[in-house]
Amino acid sequence: MQISGAQMVIEALIAENVDTVFGYPGGAIMNVYDEIYKQDSFKHILTRHEQAALHAAEGYSKASGKVGVAMITSGPGFTNAVTGIADAYMDSIPMVVISGQVPMSLIGTDAFQEIDAVGISRSCTKHNYLVTDANDLARVLKEAFYIASTGRPGPVHVDIPKDVTAQIAEFDYSKPVSLETYKPNTKGNTRQIKKAVEAISKAKRPLFYLGGGVINSNASKEVREFVKMTGIPAVETFMARGTLSYDDPLLISMLGMHGSYAANMAMSETDLVIALGARFDDRVTGKLSEFAKNADVIHVDIDPASISKLVNANFPIVGDIKVVVNAMIELAKSMLNPNNYKSWVDTVNNFDKLHPLSYNEDTESIKPQWVVERIGEILGDSANITTDVGQHQMWSAQFYPFTRARQFISSGGLGTMGFGFPAAIGVKRADMERVSINITGDGSILMNIQELMTAVEKKLPVINVILNNNFLGMVRQWQTLFYDKRHSETDLSVQPDFVKVAESFGGVGYRVSTKEEFDKALKDAIEKNVVAIIDVKVHRMENVLPMVPAGGSLFNMMLLENKEK
Amino acid sequence: MENERRVVSVIVVNEASVLSRITDLFSGRGYNIESLTVAPIPDSKYSRLTIVTAGSVRVIEQITKQLHKLIPILRVYDHVDFVEKEMALIKFPISESITDIDILCQAYNGKIVNVGADMVVAMVADEPKRIDNFLKAISRFNPKEIVRGGAVALER
Repeated sequence: MQISGAQMVIEALIAENVDTVFGYPGGAIMNVYDEIYKQDSFKHILTRHEQAALHAAEGYSKASGKVGVAMITSGPGFTNAVTGIADAYMDSIPMVVISGQVPMSLIGTDAFQEIDAVGISRSCTKHNYLVTDANDLARVLKEAFYIASTGRPGPVHVDIPKDVTAQIAEFDYSKPVSLETYKPNTKGNTRQIKKAVEAISKAKRPLFYLGGGVINSNASKEVREFVKMTGIPAVETFMARGTLSYDDPLLISMLGMHGSYAANMAMSETDLVIALGARFDDRVTGKLSEFAKNADVIHVDIDPASISKLVNANFPIVGDIKVVVNAMIELAKSMLNPNNYKSWVDTVNNFDKLHPLSYNEDTESIKPQWVVERIGEILGDSANITTDVGQHQMWSAQFYPFTRARQFISSGGLGTMGFGFPAAIGVKRADMERVSINITGDGSILMNIQELMTAVEKKLPVINVILNNNFLGMVRQWQTLFYDKRHSETDLSVQPDFVKVAESFGGVGYRVSTKEEFDKALKDAIEKNVVAIIDVKVHRMENVLPMVPAGGSLFNMMLLENKEK
Repeated sequence: MENERRVVSVIVVNEASVLSRITDLFSGRGYNIESLTVAPIPDSKYSRLTIVTAGSVRVIEQITKQLHKLIPILRVYDHVDFVEKEMALIKFPISESITDIDILCQAYNGKIVNVGADMVVAMVADEPKRIDNFLKAISRFNPKEIVRGGAVALER
């Protein structure tokens, strides 16, 4: 079929069953937007900033498990999007990002809105393309979706010059992808898997270390089954929250810099780490030489480059978590006895009794942790939670009762402030049945506040809960602890009236300073079903605890001091 | 950690941008590429690169894994047991002792390849280490220009 490059983009998106595109038009991408206007196969959601389009597509992808699609124009449209592309790269989110480029004849001439987009995106994408001929477009777009969603997922960027979107050429999307140089291994080495299960059977204090790869591989069900049948306790990374249900008796909690005492102690005491789709990030391991010092390591990951990158794996297994765990379950049936680890589980539970994840209530003000717990009590499984970055993010990960994978969506690797709100818009689009909550801070929310307009226009009612301490809280916490209380540029006492901000865009706003007011506000916002900001005044100087100071050993935690004196 | 010289060969799809994808992995880690040669592999859509670099074993291992992860890369060899050669071209004033230069070149698999009005050009091809030695030896003949071709390597 002979069609224009712009029409090819539309046809490819339809062929890939895309139902939502997040984006922002501009000069170089106009031919494609003209075709978007003419079609009704998918919905385009106009965000109010390109960065937000990327985060919304990320949120949509994480909630649905599908490839997120974002579209932007050349030059500033693209550079605005870079943060979102990098965020998706760090958190392994499958995305296809389509950008317009100045016409081929102008490339390299410093043309209006020209920037070397593929040069910039090279280091923050899984792969990228500059399409110089419309005859390549079908193949490139098909490869883009394939590469984004297979192996270790990630963003793929396709940059299309304006004249290529106008060029008429042959379009055939039926040819299968054939990439001789890209063949991700999903199966896992059978002998290595057997050796790993043998190692588990010999271990006295094994520990599951679950990472975001479990969620990417849609293996939460299999991992839950495996944990249950083996009777081995588990810790989750920040990215893996919700893999096991919060009430799973074998789930200890999150580990790492702000992990629970029990989770970090278990990791320090274990003799066998069973790492599934986790990458031993510095926020997880603390001081590497002290991390799981007495343990052997089984490391299952789809990405060979993640294995033995930081911690040497005694049993490296390259494969898809779901496939490998299923193979392990088969072997474990005859090789493992769940009663073997009872005393180890008791030890871990005693750690937790000694220093449970907790906080001290305050009579004067609301504690931020209470807000997170309260949202959990009121909404529980019926909410999807996104966050921005900072203290509120850690409290959300610590205190929300997650019951399922893909319920908690946050910017882990890149740590992007401004992620939460647009991501929550994408989450809502993917899951209209559930309430979409963005737990945020008074710093982060202002980084993409313009998305109130998107949420109002597209009727995607996100509830933003600001844990407002009039501080750039996490930086303030570090300044208090490590910079002798010099609170350099972190005091955010001067603030907008968030209630009026929400109202001026056509949403609803609530100012909350008591627990009763919070309950009322949340219930009212859910009922009103429009975009909302609940501005909760919380205790100003609350710290996130436990805390492993950067570079410290996991077992050396700053812990909560009990107030009862 | 100890830095050591490493020779890495990479087979890549011969397409635009593939070279920058590869060099980005080195520059992003602050690693210098000592030499780099690229040429198409006959009768195929692939090219072969030979990269000489220096770095800690751990980082080089990480780079080779990351190289392999790049989509247009077919194969990566982190050479252990290999044959390695490098070519060099050297320009001398014709007033120097050409016979001596020619004899020296022959000891390093080379010869004089061009004679002009004022200059002669000599060529040698040998192991990079021996090329170093050769260049030291000919320094007294006042070489005006030296071009080293960069190492190529084949695993034995």
